[in-house]
Amino acid sequence: MEKIFCASILAVLLGFSASSLANIAYVSNEKDDSISILDTETMQVIETIAVGKRPRGILLSKDHTKLYICASDDDTVQIMDLETRRIIDTLPSGEDPEQFALHPNDRWLFIANEDDAIVTVVDVQSKDVLAQIDVGVEPEGMAVSPDGRWAVNTSETSSMLHWIDTESFEIKKNMVVGQRPRHVEFSQDGKIAWASAEIGGTVHIIDVETLEEITTLDFAIRGVHQDKVQPVGIELTSDGRYAFVALGPANHVAVVDAQTYEILDYLLVGRRVWQLALNEDESLLLTTNGVSGDVSVIDVENLKVTKSIEVGRYPWGVVVTP
Amino acid sequence: MRIIPKALMATLFACFLSAPLTALGMDIRIGYIQWTPDQGPVLSNVIPEPEDTGLRGAELAIEDNNTTGGFLGHHYLLESRIAKSEEQAQEVLESMMRQGIELFILRVPAPTLKTMADKTAGKALVFNAGAKEDELRLGGCQPHVLHTQPSYAMLTDGLAQWLNQRRWKTLFMITGPTDSDRAWADAFRRSATRFGLNIVADKPWTFDADLRRTASQELPLFTQANDYDAVVVADTRGDFGEYVPFNTWLPRPVVGTQGMSPVAWHRVVESWGAAQLQNRFRELAGRDMNGDDYAAWAAIRSLGTAVTQLDVANAERIRDFLFSEDFQLAAFKGRKLSYRPWNGQLRQPIPLVHPRGLVSTTPIEGFLHPITDLDSLGFDEAESECRINS
Repeated sequence: MEKIFCASILAVLLGFSASSLANIAYVSNEKDDSISILDTETMQVIETIAVGKRPRGILLSKDHTKLYICASDDDTVQIMDLETRRIIDTLPSGEDPEQFALHPNDRWLFIANEDDAIVTVVDVQSKDVLAQIDVGVEPEGMAVSPDGRWAVNTSETSSMLHWIDTESFEIKKNMVVGQRPRHVEFSQDGKIAWASAEIGGTVHIIDVETLEEITTLDFAIRGVHQDKVQPVGIELTSDGRYAFVALGPANHVAVVDAQTYEILDYLLVGRRVWQLALNEDESLLLTTNGVSGDVSVIDVENLKVTKSIEVGRYPWGVVVTP
Repeated sequence: MRIIPKALMATLFACFLSAPLTALGMDIRIGYIQWTPDQGPVLSNVIPEPEDTGLRGAELAIEDNNTTGGFLGHHYLLESRIAKSEEQAQEVLESMMRQGIELFILRVPAPTLKTMADKTAGKALVFNAGAKEDELRLGGCQPHVLHTQPSYAMLTDGLAQWLNQRRWKTLFMITGPTDSDRAWADAFRRSATRFGLNIVADKPWTFDADLRRTASQELPLFTQANDYDAVVVADTRGDFGEYVPFNTWLPRPVVGTQGMSPVAWHRVVESWGAAQLQNRFRELAGRDMNGDDYAAWAAIRSLGTAVTQLDVANAERIRDFLFSEDFQLAAFKGRKLSYRPWNGQLRQPIPLVHPRGLVSTTPIEGFLHPITDLDSLGFDEAESECRINS
């Protein structure tokens, strides 16, 4: 991590342009059944690949050679080989997979099955289903702590965070948070978990050691009705400096100081911003904007939105490879 | 009933609680009573209304609540009854009250609801998931009666906002003969004034066999007028209204209870996670979810949201919580929902739909309101005599 941090400092010192690293971004288009592939150097879509029905959550294998795709309406997780850009395999996922998270061991995939109120754990190598864990109504967000100890699931209609012990695959704690929790993100050191509540309009900051809430963030944007402030995706810089929170139909991304939890700025992006991803050196933040069907590109150093790139219909998830 | 601030404060601590799966149990018993008078014969009887309308929404909400409750030791039980007569409905209510139930969802006509509201005053918390009559929200409100069913005025205001935005302001209106047709039409006339629409023809539907013609033959002549932008139909039963689209004298769209309609819920609503709710409902009921199902669902989910936060099932405490700042209902309409403090009406966006698609969701951006634009739908505080929280 230190390396990445140094690299980004270096990039800045050199007058920046991280984009010279030519990261490739993958965006799932929920209503186009496709993945858009973006070159972040030229800021253009270089290819659009047809995938399973209603692709939502996507994530990369730890070695960045494979892309896992939740094909929600096909009730499966597809695996795309990033070299050939072909779907090479599928995993048993349980019904309606929406989001998932990969354990640091690169094998256990924790999948939220939205229609079935369960979390399915699949070994991506053996394809065995290791466990199915009953959770609240409409499980959505999934995250695994960096040390691999906890898998956290958010259940939207139960408004809970379920803390699953990854050794026993049992729930150790249920936390009631704001209405409709959508997403959980761990800090790089694993000490803090950030959880967004879409209808509650809040982000809950949780001490992972004690599993107690430290504070709750509220957002207020001038000229935007409070009901439209609906936090969804969260992305943290690895240096612990910033947290970015996608605010849904408020059409803004909040920039939060990850140390003091002070809200520094709101950046105007496309309509109904859902998920976020940083590129490898963390110079760029990409946002998926569901309603406007585009990706906004944010220059992290200057906290400015620099470009929007048209992708498919209802872009949902986004990841960036080095 | 009065707000108890101390108790409320104490409950805020419960907002961050944990409980093992085997926690001490708490039963939350909810009564659901439905009585729908016979609607009489209708011309367009091709797609009959499901008999379990409303009830299935209640059942789904109980399932949703129990999934959540499983982690907190809360167990929700639904006592439901579809009554065959008004008397039977009243008897069921009395018997459920004798059994100690103090949370009720009622899908009954307005006059029945009034009697039931009197019977339950001070003894229960009641949700109206059936009657849309505006008069229930304008006067004689009772502190223990909440409405999850949108009123006629909320529906017609949504439609009128849209017509205004489209600049389809000159309207031809047809009203059916029943009380609910007239109530819908009255609501629309008020909406028309409110949003600058002009009803150039306002005709009652009097079609009878004397004309010796089918409705589709009769309608072109019936809708003759100089000009209009759209035809507005008030036919709540679906008697003749289905025959109005494409049978108008002028080639104009049809809106109202048929054509494009303002509704509480419809199968074509899918944004904001609604697809998941629709899937769960279809799995449970084997049919699509409608507005009455949604009203019952929203009522029981309100109760579930309160009990999850409060960790008590007491009607008075729940009622106080539902009117507090801490209550917000996540109900798949794109924003948090709350109850109007003056009359207990659930504020909610109103989708405008046609049978196979969503046209728009109201309130439409630009229709402003000093408190919340959701209050641009329906009678506002100043227009209502009700003050159930003061």
